[in-house]
Amino acid sequence: MKSREDQSRRSAMGRSRIQTIFYSAAALISLVGLAEATYLTVVFLSGETAVCGGSPDCFQVLGSSYTKIGGIPVSGLGALAYFSAFAFATFAGFGYGHARRFFAWTVIAMFGMTLWLLFVQAFRLHAFCRYCLFSAALVFLLTGLLVARPVAETEKS
Amino acid sequence: MKRYLPFIIVALVGLLAVGGGAFLYRAKRSANPTPKISKTETLPSGESIHALGPADAAVTLEEFGDFQCPPCGMLSEPINQLQKQYNLRVIYREFPLSNHAHAREAAFAAEAAGRQGRFWQMHDLLYREQAVWSKSTDARALFNAYAGMLQLDLGRFRKDMDSSDVQQQVENDQQRGAVIGVKTTPTIFLNNEVVPPKQINPDELPGMVEAAVKKAKPSS
Repeated sequence: MKSREDQSRRSAMGRSRIQTIFYSAAALISLVGLAEATYLTVVFLSGETAVCGGSPDCFQVLGSSYTKIGGIPVSGLGALAYFSAFAFATFAGFGYGHARRFFAWTVIAMFGMTLWLLFVQAFRLHAFCRYCLFSAALVFLLTGLLVARPVAETEKS
Repeated sequence: MKRYLPFIIVALVGLLAVGGGAFLYRAKRSANPTPKISKTETLPSGESIHALGPADAAVTLEEFGDFQCPPCGMLSEPINQLQKQYNLRVIYREFPLSNHAHAREAAFAAEAAGRQGRFWQMHDLLYREQAVWSKSTDARALFNAYAGMLQLDLGRFRKDMDSSDVQQQVENDQQRGAVIGVKTTPTIFLNNEVVPPKQINPDELPGMVEAAVKKAKPSS
């Protein structure tokens, strides 16, 4: 009886540890994305053009009408999304149950937006911007973590 | 304490992001403290010009330039520096040469940006990115992208680029150049005196400007 309790406690601790690792990784990835999106928002607001460093593709993407939604820079929305993902991942890592669900929905929304932006770059602008590709890679990583999470949790439990 | 830790972490990161963004924004603004105000002035003759600096400046530097000409590109930044250093009045005239495939279109792009108050920003951008768009097979797409980066109204920019007004402005500058003997680019005048072509380079032009300033203000 006692050994079964011990086993269950150990299993719960293991689950808690893997969750902490998972959400810490997600929070770190979100932080990197937040830094990049904040930088791009500042560049957008300051009207700086040197950021593309002679890359025509970068100009074509960052200078296109797709960089704004109703006058709001997409990079600003990205910064907000990354910040939300960071906040939810942090709360989830500390064991807040609802934060996990919010984190999942945020990442799903970011994934959808990333697919749309990749479609725009590939089929409408025929140009890819390195900043956008980097952000897409980060969102794919977050999505990968989200997909892998239940597997890891099930394996442990 | 552990209960409040996630709130503290999230608040700190939020503050850091906003504070860092604001700091970066200010740093970028202070690196360029006097954003160029594109002045398109109309002279008493009815002619409109792109001018930087005070109208009563001791020295006026008038440049006839072609956005696709490499020596013009090399002079762009030094002229900006000289304008700030000596508070010059700088006038830019379009003089696209026919042997440069995209020069005329680039001039239209600058003029179209000027219609939205961003002539000098487009002027600087076209010279800075000259090596890229000059070789492009679709320079027009790049000009549109530059307009987007400068946050211009793209629909209006495209329309203005094709408008007869903008094309006429370029024609007028070229005609003025032809009348006063401009044949090549860059051709520079300092207080209406032509600078010898051999001295139009980033090494010798500052000396010429300094001499013109001293001549205009002999007491100082």
